[in-house]
Amino acid sequence: MNGAQDLGGQMGFGPVAPEKDEPYFHAEWEKRALGVTLCAGAMGHWNIDESRHARETLHPADYYSSSYYEIWIKALEKLLVRHGFVTGGELASGEAGSDGTTPRRVLKAADVPAMLARGGPCEREIQAAPRFAAGDRVRTRNMNPAGHTRLPRYTRGRVGVVETVHEGFVFPDTNAHGKGEDPQRVYTVVFDGREIWGADADPSLTVSIDAWESYLEPA
Amino acid sequence: MHDDHDHDGHHHDNHLDPTAARVKALETILTRKGLIDPAAIDAIVDIYENRIGPRNGAKVVAKAWDDQAYADWLKRDATAAIASLGFTGRQGEHMRAVFNAPDTHNLVVCTLCSCYPWSVLGLPPVWYKSPPYRSKAVIDPRGVLAEFGLALPDGTNIRVWDSTAELRYLVVPMRPAGTTGWSEERLADLVTRDSMIGTALAREPETA
Repeated sequence: MNGAQDLGGQMGFGPVAPEKDEPYFHAEWEKRALGVTLCAGAMGHWNIDESRHARETLHPADYYSSSYYEIWIKALEKLLVRHGFVTGGELASGEAGSDGTTPRRVLKAADVPAMLARGGPCEREIQAAPRFAAGDRVRTRNMNPAGHTRLPRYTRGRVGVVETVHEGFVFPDTNAHGKGEDPQRVYTVVFDGREIWGADADPSLTVSIDAWESYLEPA
Repeated sequence: MHDDHDHDGHHHDNHLDPTAARVKALETILTRKGLIDPAAIDAIVDIYENRIGPRNGAKVVAKAWDDQAYADWLKRDATAAIASLGFTGRQGEHMRAVFNAPDTHNLVVCTLCSCYPWSVLGLPPVWYKSPPYRSKAVIDPRGVLAEFGLALPDGTNIRVWDSTAELRYLVVPMRPAGTTGWSEERLADLVTRDSMIGTALAREPETA
């Protein structure tokens, strides 16, 4: 979706302002926000793509005025309500009410190291031959889906060159919406900066994205 | 500011700001309902606060500087080469290492969210996840680098890697001159987090 998250090339956000010797966490609640998000995800009722989509469907004004952990928590609340674990009334009151959905799993402390070390690999074997080869010129599709997608707006309808052909990966555009993994090959596609930003762009700039096969057409 | 504080202090009697209170309430509800175990949260925080961080990535880079066969492996199959040093898992399942060269500087961003190689760099800094960096890195990378105090020589090409899929990128900065014969441990001290994102170069020996 053309949401607040799709930031490439937007202007007006001010300086990057890196913080010297930045700590991993700026407040105790940030630690709990990280942990709650990972523990809730470990119940196994939604995937990373649905999580990302929950974050990008925050109202733009809310997204831009929230810190990243705030975005996580606001999205997590949506996921928990959507999947029947908590109600809006519980969140409003701060009190646990009656039981909701039964979780598939509850992550225990002893299982945390193994869970994090395993991660969530999303490579999938693809039998069909790749549609594109390294060196091929491709054009990204001009598309504006209302749902989740990982093709940024600034790269839509642009001509680039396939640099690397990867294995198959779970397709976020379906997986975010409970429509299955539908794995497709992913390609690293490189664009000249001027193809994206026009003649005034830095001539020494190239930008690449990792694009699922259905995002691309021959050019 | 003063008014805000008075207003805030009026209707709650603890010292939590609204977001802290919201997170605490959520954790409490989920714990009471048996959906999460607070001890698991403690374990997650301990790992990301104390055990996983950019020292992991620095070991990878130092080994690649010191060992050409390892560098070749890292270039060919970064996931396996990095796993051989014990660094695996969440947000590092599918790794790619991209090597700076005299004519090419690499910079990594995630314009769509905050994708970052946790297994080798730990949790991302706030700036990496925030709109200024995510918006600007792909259209004005030299402007971004200037904010980090980095001016690349004329003639250096910039390649920006937008992490739009599940591949996670580790920049391998160029090995500084004057480090011949250094141990991997000593070399690793020159490898900063930012040099592995691309917003800095490796430190020079005299500043290490």
